[in-house]
Amino acid sequence: MTDTHGAVPFHPNVRTALDNPQIRGNFRRAMDGLMDKRRLAFDDWELDKLRTLGSAVRLNALHHLPELLEQLDTRCRANGIQVHWARDGDEACALITDICRRRNARSVIKGKSMVSEEMELNHHLEQADIEALESDLGEYIVQMAEETPSHIIMPAIHKNTREISDLMHDKTGTEPSLDARYLTASARAQLRERFMNADVGISGVNFAVADSGTLCLVENEGNGRLTTTVPPCHIAVTGIEKVVPSLDDVAPLLALLTRSATGQPITTYFNMISGPRQPDEQDGPEEVHLVLVDNGRSEVYQDEELAETLKCIRCGACMNHCPVYTRVGGHAYGTTYPGPIGKILMPQLMGLDQTPDFPSASSLCGACGEVCPVRIPIPQLLVRLRQESVDGDSLHPAHVKGHGVKRGRLEPWIWRGWAWMHRSPALYRLGTALAARFRRLTPSRLGGWTDYRRAPRPAATTLHQAIKARRTHRRPS
Amino acid sequence: MSSTAKADILARLRQRTHTSPPPERDFSVLEARQWTPAERIERFRQHLESVQGEVIRTTESELNQAILDRLSRSHVRRLLLGRNSPFQAGLAAAKSGDLELHVYDQPIETWQSELFNEIEAALTTTLGGIAETGSLILWPTPDEPRLMSLVPPMHLAVLRVDQLHDTLLQVVREQRWSQGMPTNALLISGPSKTADIEQTLVFGAHGPRELVVFLVDESGSGA
Ligand code: SF4
Repeated sequence: MTDTHGAVPFHPNVRTALDNPQIRGNFRRAMDGLMDKRRLAFDDWELDKLRTLGSAVRLNALHHLPELLEQLDTRCRANGIQVHWARDGDEACALITDICRRRNARSVIKGKSMVSEEMELNHHLEQADIEALESDLGEYIVQMAEETPSHIIMPAIHKNTREISDLMHDKTGTEPSLDARYLTASARAQLRERFMNADVGISGVNFAVADSGTLCLVENEGNGRLTTTVPPCHIAVTGIEKVVPSLDDVAPLLALLTRSATGQPITTYFNMISGPRQPDEQDGPEEVHLVLVDNGRSEVYQDEELAETLKCIRCGACMNHCPVYTRVGGHAYGTTYPGPIGKILMPQLMGLDQTPDFPSASSLCGACGEVCPVRIPIPQLLVRLRQESVDGDSLHPAHVKGHGVKRGRLEPWIWRGWAWMHRSPALYRLGTALAARFRRLTPSRLGGWTDYRRAPRPAATTLHQAIKARRTHRRPS
Repeated sequence: MSSTAKADILARLRQRTHTSPPPERDFSVLEARQWTPAERIERFRQHLESVQGEVIRTTESELNQAILDRLSRSHVRRLLLGRNSPFQAGLAAAKSGDLELHVYDQPIETWQSELFNEIEAALTTTLGGIAETGSLILWPTPDEPRLMSLVPPMHLAVLRVDQLHDTLLQVVREQRWSQGMPTNALLISGPSKTADIEQTLVFGAHGPRELVVFLVDESGSGA
């Protein structure tokens, strides 16, 4: 997947994906269904107003981010939750491994968490001889296949039922079946034992509420609740941008999140955790930890425009509506977050030099920006990143890691010449007249452009000539 | 080490300059979502039924019988109740011989495998409901622990109509949730489900396969 020593091989990945009718079919069907469901879910809503509120809630939270994080820290501690801070993924993994070691933990059960994917937590735990088992059905399938999620909400969306059946048969001995109910029941049975015996449960967080010190988790399967309730120790891990001031702010975000993601008015469970088990309680974890992970977010935060990226509530709607994502699928991106959000977030986290093709892997059709529940101007940010990757804006120096990666030596000179020519009417006329005169000499093959299109050819007469001819032609009448 | 991480992260965040104040939050789009009591019931029922939840309307005096009838329809023989459950006396008096009542009155560690493998259903109270999304509000307590609504294959819950609210925002504000939350609070909107296998919706993932809500109407207009 992500090659740590070189840039993401996006183009070869795309080629492979486009040549795979299975993948294209799986994604097309799934994305069509999700788009319909989302539309229906907002039927009786003033969606524009709700999105404006969602955006305002996130902007408010980000505006006060340092204060809110401190408040969250204080409130959680007061509630008995142990709070840890990590500058990057490795530090977070080390912290979590330490907690597990201290508890002599051998086996960890995990709920869905994209930030743990981001920091490759499972890999770290394995190296410390701690077995980490994913319990969300999609993640469980992906882990069994030794793959990574291809969608942030539906990790195994790239697989069809037959592939999943074969996989479960190979790895767990489940009887082959094309009945999703049977396969689900089989996974449930296998995981029950594991929930009962796990030493630690690790989950993500959808919203962290500062004023009450509450961690909110959204899920349908119940695996998240089991993960956070049954093992004696629960570790919640989250990016620092997920904090909001109060539960009031959660209401609109929750309304937007589940409808945008899967078209449901709400998920089966909305789980609010505000502390470990109390002495008089019969169940729940005796220890609850919160790990706050920066991993590049405080850098993204510095630029007013780019900081909009941090408003994301990870609903996946931008992927579901993206014509590029739908055709190539999530694995082609080779990064934790694929699709439009991946295209703006990953270059900022990993550097433009690691993801040089991301800002341009878009037709700028605008669909992602239109559906984003918190109004992240994704197309505008893609354009901004394109500028950053060629150091193209002399008034606003680029500062995203790896900027200027696509700046060639020749191109700036060509544009300089272009600007010079356009500033002088005489030169401009001479240039266009020459182009019209020698139009047959323009090349017919122009690299990638002419793979699917014909090369443009200058018109036989320039616009100036055409207008002039028209005037002389009209004057007599 | 972690205290320096905290200081580093906060210091970096504080370097950001803000050129303008953040926009106002206008909650009117949520506040406008209000219904009459009758509409609220209808909306709650529709939403819950659309995700295979079951809503049984009943009255205070018929509640025990309604619960027992529903249990016997599914041949439930082992029902879990909370400690000091308001239903215990009534159910014990009216139940037939093959229904065993279990009480969750000891720490999970002492009877985990029994809870996971033998209990067939659990009956809980609720703190209220939300009409907008067809959700139950549960605040587990020492008497009614968290796993009751999660581990047994069937969850039965009692909800009084006058505790049916419009939206989550309304509940959070009226009940002042910000002033203090229990260790665990939940919204439950249907039996557990998954669509992770090729988008096929399957009910009964890791939580209950069935959710039955007894909607108790004091006015007696239950039918
Ligand atoms: S960028 Fe917007 S649409 Fe995409 S996942 Fe984030 S919140 Fe959802």
